[in-house]
Amino acid sequence: MTALLGATTDTQPQQATPPASHPVGRGWSRHNWLAGLAGWFWLAVVLIPLYWIVITSFKAQSDYYQQNAFAPPGDPTLANYRLVLENDFVRYFFNSVLVAVGTTVPTVIFSLMAAYAIVRGAHSRWLRRVQGLFLMGLAIPLQAAIIPIYLVIIKLGLYDSLPAIAIPSIAFAIPLAVLVLSNFLRDVPRDLFESMRLDGATEWTMLWRLAFPLTRPAMVTVAVYTGVTVWNGFLLPLVLTQSPTERTMPLAVWSFQGQFQVNVPAVLASVVLSTVPIVVLYTIGRRQLVSGLSEGFSK
Amino acid sequence: MTTDAAPLAPPRPSSRGARAGQSGSVAWMALPALAIFLGFAVLPLLGVLALSFTKWDGLGAIHPIGIGNWSSVLADPSLFHSLWVTFEVMLFSWLVQTPIALLLGVFMAGQHRYRAVLAVFYFVPLLLSAAAIAVTFKALLDPNFGLGPGLHSDLLTQNWLGDPVLAMGVIIFIVSWQFIPFHALIYQGAVRQIPSSLYEAAALDGAGRMRTFFSITLPQLKYTVITSSTLMVVGSLTFFDLIFVLTAGGPGDSTRVLALEMYRRGFGANQMGPASVLAVILVLVGLVIALGLRRLGGNADESQLEGV
Repeated sequence: MTALLGATTDTQPQQATPPASHPVGRGWSRHNWLAGLAGWFWLAVVLIPLYWIVITSFKAQSDYYQQNAFAPPGDPTLANYRLVLENDFVRYFFNSVLVAVGTTVPTVIFSLMAAYAIVRGAHSRWLRRVQGLFLMGLAIPLQAAIIPIYLVIIKLGLYDSLPAIAIPSIAFAIPLAVLVLSNFLRDVPRDLFESMRLDGATEWTMLWRLAFPLTRPAMVTVAVYTGVTVWNGFLLPLVLTQSPTERTMPLAVWSFQGQFQVNVPAVLASVVLSTVPIVVLYTIGRRQLVSGLSEGFSK
Repeated sequence: MTTDAAPLAPPRPSSRGARAGQSGSVAWMALPALAIFLGFAVLPLLGVLALSFTKWDGLGAIHPIGIGNWSSVLADPSLFHSLWVTFEVMLFSWLVQTPIALLLGVFMAGQHRYRAVLAVFYFVPLLLSAAAIAVTFKALLDPNFGLGPGLHSDLLTQNWLGDPVLAMGVIIFIVSWQFIPFHALIYQGAVRQIPSSLYEAAALDGAGRMRTFFSITLPQLKYTVITSSTLMVVGSLTFFDLIFVLTAGGPGDSTRVLALEMYRRGFGANQMGPASVLAVILVLVGLVIALGLRRLGGNADESQLEGV
């Protein structure tokens, strides 16, 4: 993956619109039945399970076993949601919020600083090595490092706490964040920096007054991506925490399944509740995220 | 401000005097990111190699024991079984995802409004956590209370997660369900960058749609196929969450991939030494595959548009 991403470093993520050529525009794809069929077919594949999750979460447990699985609830109920909320869901929710914010904010700030240093100090051999190290970091699988992370967290006395989840999450989010942000910063016209410098601005001022506002779209991409990854993270909470008070959302959903057993509607209500914040985030940051990701990989 | 490594940046001799001072003044900004990254990603990666030569139960003291873990793990058939299962997941998920993602990518690249709307929905499965997805499909596929009995369909009433072959099929399906849109997005971006002149020339030559697809679109996407395949294959090494919640490696050990075997040895059986050996093997397999695929692609820096 290192090698692969190394080849994509020269992309221009701020290019919100595709190049002027519309190769698959009119003519070629207008009557492309095969692709059209695939498109609608995939929509069905995606939506059927999602539809099932949502309708089932509003069914009474007794109805779930009697009704047609795909019929909308004859007698919609919020009992499942109530049951989930009564089982400490709010605490797990806030744990996840704390971990997500506690990971995303430092990741974005530290990565912006590092990306700024890498772009502005590109002549420095030391900074080029740092950049190479971050690129290599993209290839480190979290699973492979989990045992020593567990050891380090124990030694630091952080075991079974929320920072135990957040700190390694930051470390593993930094490489991609630095890559995306430095690609973006590289395209800021250098005259802007030059004129600010002539006005007597320090690098620190330029970072916050110039780089920060200009890279906002890339920061949204990075923040949403990091936030979703951490929100959904399972391995770190599984290994690094144990008490229910430190439980995050994915672990909660997993343990609800053990706890509620055959009460499938309640389990699915917890799935819905755990996903809603991400869907909201996706709705807000979708354009940035999608164009950032597609520009970043498609060259 | 001094010269920049960006390929197009011309050197600026006028600012040479500021070079030494400037680089010193920005370099420190990389330090916070570097420190966390070294401490919690690079150090653990080196640490896992060190731990593979030790005996540790996860709680007590750590004792160096030389190559004992390596010889016992390499002699253990469960290593080769989990490598084989990992390989199966990798191969089948690649085989299913690549053609569908390519086709969907071409579809999404079209300039029609409804396609953009559909693409919004395609992305939703990527937002769900692997745990939530696994929990959902486990309920959906339950042979007593799931989809099959709910629809009174014998065809759908299978012991989906209790049969080794079906369980593997379910995993491949779920992975495809979640990740195909991501790869389709990569293809979409690439398709949009194919110069329209190629299609115009093909149209003038009277090429049909199939011919155009196989003679222009597909060859132009060669490097994208390699990018997407690398992400797929390396990513498939780490399907831990999904399989852990869905089947926990079962039935028996039929879906126990390498990452799961590592977790089981380390955090299940408290044998951190052998588990570290498995972690090192996991890293090596990923590296070998990534480098191999890169080779396959030849020199990725060469222009795909040569001769246009």
